[in-house]
Amino acid sequence: MIRFVLDGEIQELVDVDPTRTVLEWLREDEHRVGTKEGCAEGDCGACTAVIGELIEDRVRYRAINTCIYFLPMLHGKELVTVESIGVPDQLHPVQQAMADGDGTQCGFCTPGFVMSLFAKYQGSDPALSEDVDNVLAGNLCRCTGYRPIQEAAASVEPDAGLQARFGGPKTRDLLKSLHISEAQSAEYQDPHFETARRWHRPTSEEELTDLLKRYPSATLVAGATDVGLWVTKQHRLIETAIVLNGVTSLNRIEETEQGLRIGAMVTYSDAIAHLARLHPDFGELVRRIGSTQVRNSGTIGGNIANGSPIGDTPPPLIVLNAQLELASSEGARTIPLEDFFIDYGKQDLRTGEYVRSVLIPPLADGLVFRTYKISKRFNQDISALCGAFAFEIEDGVVTSARVAFGGMAATPKRAAACEAALTGQPWTEATIDEAANAMARDYAPITDMRASAPYRMKTAQNLLRKAFLETGAPNRTRILEGVRL
Amino acid sequence: MLKRLQRGAPGNAVEGDVHTPRRHDSAHLHVSGQARYTDDLPEPADCLQIYVAMSERAHATIDKMDLSAVRTAPGVVCVISAEDIPGANDIGPVVQDDPVFAETKVFYHGQPLFAVAATSRKAARLAAMRAELEYTDAPALLDIAAARAAEDIIETPQTMRLGNAAEAIASAPTVLNGALEMGGQDHFYLEGQIALSVPGEDGALLIYSSTQNPTEAQHLIAHLLHKPSSAVTVEVRRMGGAFGGKETQSTLVAAIAALVTHKTGQAAKLRLDRDDDMIMTGKRHDFQIRYQAGFDAQGLLHGVSFDLASRCGFSTDLSLAINDRAMFHSDNCYFLRNAEIVSHRLRTHTVSNTAFRGFGGPQGMLGIERLMDQVAFEVGRDPLDVRLDNLYGGEGKNLTPYHQVVEDNVAGELIETLAASSNYRARRAEIEASNKQPGVIKRGIALTPVKFGISFTAKHLNQAGALIHVYADGTIQLNHGGTEMGQGLMVKVAQVVAHEFQVDIDQIKIMATSTEKVPNTSATAASSGSDLNGMAAQVAARKIKDRLIGFLAERDGVPIESVVFENNRIRAGDTDYSFQEVVKAAYFGRISLSATGYYRTPKIHYDRDKHRGRPFFYFAYGAAVSEVEIDTLTGENRVTRTDILHDVGRSLNPAIDMGQIEGGFIQGMGWLTMEELVYDAEGRLRTHAPSTYKIPTSADRPGVFNVEIWDKGSNQEHTIHHSKAVGEPPFMLAISVFSALTHAVSGAADHKVFPQLDAPATPERILMAVDAVRAELD
Repeated sequence: MIRFVLDGEIQELVDVDPTRTVLEWLREDEHRVGTKEGCAEGDCGACTAVIGELIEDRVRYRAINTCIYFLPMLHGKELVTVESIGVPDQLHPVQQAMADGDGTQCGFCTPGFVMSLFAKYQGSDPALSEDVDNVLAGNLCRCTGYRPIQEAAASVEPDAGLQARFGGPKTRDLLKSLHISEAQSAEYQDPHFETARRWHRPTSEEELTDLLKRYPSATLVAGATDVGLWVTKQHRLIETAIVLNGVTSLNRIEETEQGLRIGAMVTYSDAIAHLARLHPDFGELVRRIGSTQVRNSGTIGGNIANGSPIGDTPPPLIVLNAQLELASSEGARTIPLEDFFIDYGKQDLRTGEYVRSVLIPPLADGLVFRTYKISKRFNQDISALCGAFAFEIEDGVVTSARVAFGGMAATPKRAAACEAALTGQPWTEATIDEAANAMARDYAPITDMRASAPYRMKTAQNLLRKAFLETGAPNRTRILEGVRL
Repeated sequence: MLKRLQRGAPGNAVEGDVHTPRRHDSAHLHVSGQARYTDDLPEPADCLQIYVAMSERAHATIDKMDLSAVRTAPGVVCVISAEDIPGANDIGPVVQDDPVFAETKVFYHGQPLFAVAATSRKAARLAAMRAELEYTDAPALLDIAAARAAEDIIETPQTMRLGNAAEAIASAPTVLNGALEMGGQDHFYLEGQIALSVPGEDGALLIYSSTQNPTEAQHLIAHLLHKPSSAVTVEVRRMGGAFGGKETQSTLVAAIAALVTHKTGQAAKLRLDRDDDMIMTGKRHDFQIRYQAGFDAQGLLHGVSFDLASRCGFSTDLSLAINDRAMFHSDNCYFLRNAEIVSHRLRTHTVSNTAFRGFGGPQGMLGIERLMDQVAFEVGRDPLDVRLDNLYGGEGKNLTPYHQVVEDNVAGELIETLAASSNYRARRAEIEASNKQPGVIKRGIALTPVKFGISFTAKHLNQAGALIHVYADGTIQLNHGGTEMGQGLMVKVAQVVAHEFQVDIDQIKIMATSTEKVPNTSATAASSGSDLNGMAAQVAARKIKDRLIGFLAERDGVPIESVVFENNRIRAGDTDYSFQEVVKAAYFGRISLSATGYYRTPKIHYDRDKHRGRPFFYFAYGAAVSEVEIDTLTGENRVTRTDILHDVGRSLNPAIDMGQIEGGFIQGMGWLTMEELVYDAEGRLRTHAPSTYKIPTSADRPGVFNVEIWDKGSNQEHTIHHSKAVGEPPFMLAISVFSALTHAVSGAADHKVFPQLDAPATPERILMAVDAVRAELD
């Protein structure tokens, strides 16, 4: 059974399609149509709603894309939609500001913007950016040009009394009464595929390993920012879904002597501050992954486990020599992350195994680390290529070089020839030219809708030059200045 | 920062009078999720959900289309294809070459083959996947070059002539040649195409359609179903964006829903998934432009020739008028002296391209602005000076290539004002100096103007109707043929009516646009919405007002001239009444309180065979300065500052107009920078969702964005309260971004080489252009 809070009441859903999205439930089952569908792939934000979660003793509100958020993922949470926060005669301050500030034209994207701004208004999420554009980059508007929306957002001063309408004692009690530490599961007879389907929501790794033993081909659902599209776009049948967000042991971040250990279920939003502390470039890279809504759902573990050649975290993780911890009923094992990626769609993941965590060792003193993401649009775009560099330079000589790229091969991949051309050489432009040329032996990128092969190669080589320039850099070398996190 | 607009009624004016800023009439509904779009309407019981299956080939013969497994799939109620159409299998708006469903051949990847109606959308989609399809491929022409080589055209090439371009160019001191390619653009309205069809009695149909063009949908659906137009009603309250994409393309969706209702007797809804919408429906035409210019040492043009070629797709749709408009705007603000403009309309095996904000105008205008940049570079002058020197002027310098005299030219004054307020000249000097310093980041700046012709170039479309009811309690219902797509048409027309009756705008209820209220309307397009419907509503309101005046004058025995409507009151001689009192009395006095209004645009005429005449009632003007920076290692780029000064005549509603200016600019910026339509070798569109097709986000708007409505603006023609159309013209202000990017790229080579930059100027195109200018410098 799926239990969650909506408008101060507990909703109980039984006999539902485990891959039915929250948006479908709202619009088609509840006829609660304020939340809109614009793309059904988590890219336009028209379907944005807010999720309240009990974190210690407070309710933290975060925006999500309901179009790729499966109903079982809601279990134990509060759902807040545009209808929850205001009505035409009594608008919420963010609604009022959007209406009075000409923030609406066709109005179709508006409820999504309102909900992203509502999450900001609540002020309950320390991970949420202070930069309004960053908060709103996951909400597309085709009419206004954004200036009035941005100004409306900036004009709203949160009022503590109004903030307290949400997440108060009653909501907290309701959330506590949902007993989220109990495992859930259900079976559903699917009329479309004419087959039985099931979902499980384990709350411990023991339960998870048992489930994986029973259902070795089960689909693990972390944030569903990828798996969601298997359903909404590819119409794939997911027979057994294991929803991981109840397994709290996978949701930990630890800064230890061995380094920064990030549990597989840690979202980008929760990881970003830690990664930014490791290096500002890493923080900025993760800030540019997806949108606020995507980062609130998507996980570091998912970004690794799906094996995509254009996932953004593997290149920097690889050059930082990150170690991946995998676990199953047979026990746990640790491998260098770069060894995880075997070929396109093929990872070193054994039957019944899951990604438990990734460990980033402490950065060596004086390590030169850079990572860059190249895409047609700065925000919420999938990389054409993503590069990462880690150099150790002593007395003007490169003693160690690690270079890795996404988008340049069938997997995230190190540039062995490039690294060899750097190692032991003086840190000079001549060396960089040699190493850039060597990169042509490391990669044979493809041409697709994001970029051509020649552009990918040229830019990969130029990113090495950029990293070099930045070690001396008298002038600006980047279009984007750092964005406030 | 934007000047804060003063709100509220000044002095003795009514709330929501004309020339006052007023927020969108539905704003309170938009923000609370209570504004109803077609997909939000309660569905009738047993409403079917439809899915449309699409061709998987660009050009092929269909050898086999076995749908038996589709019909027996769970939840399926009916399957329809071309043979189920009672009338003609055609929804072509101009030429009859637009089938609803493919018959024996397919002409683009994504062409509708058949539709499945089922108890749920998911059931319909899964069922459609069971179809057994076999094709035999035929050679496919997938781009402009291929179609041009094969001479596959939708219309013979058209030519527009002024003077003798060939002679003038040949005898000019300097001649240059150039070429430019520009991509198409997806509308990316946030609300995808949708229609809900509801059966009525005796064969009647009511169709809720997200459309800019209810009348055309009504007429074409009647034709399709072999019914009289009177049996079909099409209604739309609002669209979630349209931008031209719902001028003709919406008919396809409405027609399929109507066909299902016709066949089953059940209500039926078709809502296209985003990917299907982008694959199945038309977009902005991509263009290739070649040009030749002859000019003197100052860059003054002696003659210009343009060769325009566009990808029309597999059918005609609106491509004739769109390509005409590209020709009409190949002069932009400049007197070409001698011009020859040749337009090639090419048929390809890709989706039929369609109307999109600007309607060919942006493509034509980008050609001449590129030419201006290149001429200026050639003569070594600031492009702004070359632009200023070539502007239309008085007698002898005011004839367009289509022989319309430019009578309302304000471009020079606008440009000079903007150049001063934006400090353009000093900034340009500083940028060029700083680009000479070493560094990865180079900057560019450009000022480009806009002159956009206002009227449908198909003369018969320049007409409109309205229907106003005043009820006995003094409240008013407003109907007209215009549709609301977010542009604020409804509030503007309501302001016109509030002004006529001198009542607060809250007294006026804005009604959905329906073919049963106002017949034979034109699409809400060509920026004409408030020009046409505002006038029609004014006529209707004045009819009722005149009746009230006559009634009151006679009853009170006062002269007609002494009856005055002012600030929610009506004065008759020395007596003062409320509007409500007078209306109630008029009802009891048996006065008709309902009226239609009708308007047609005067003065316009056009001889398309000769491409001469006065196609435009007037012109709208604007200018923009944009500053950009580029990363010469990656091609990444962004707009750091834009200043805009735009002429909307006497604005009906400055708040709404400001939204059109800013929104149009950003949309144009997207077209020219990041929005890229990529087709593969099989003719499949690879960028068919927001994950791959990138429109600007909030973070992409210029870092500094100064936008002003020109305070001297007026319309010398008699338009509604002397306002000007504003829907499309601001889109082309974004050409300043493209010119600035061109300038920045030249900055990578010390401003010594003129770059060959094509649009959209993605990071890839910019990097390639940077490398090319540097290679040429070495």
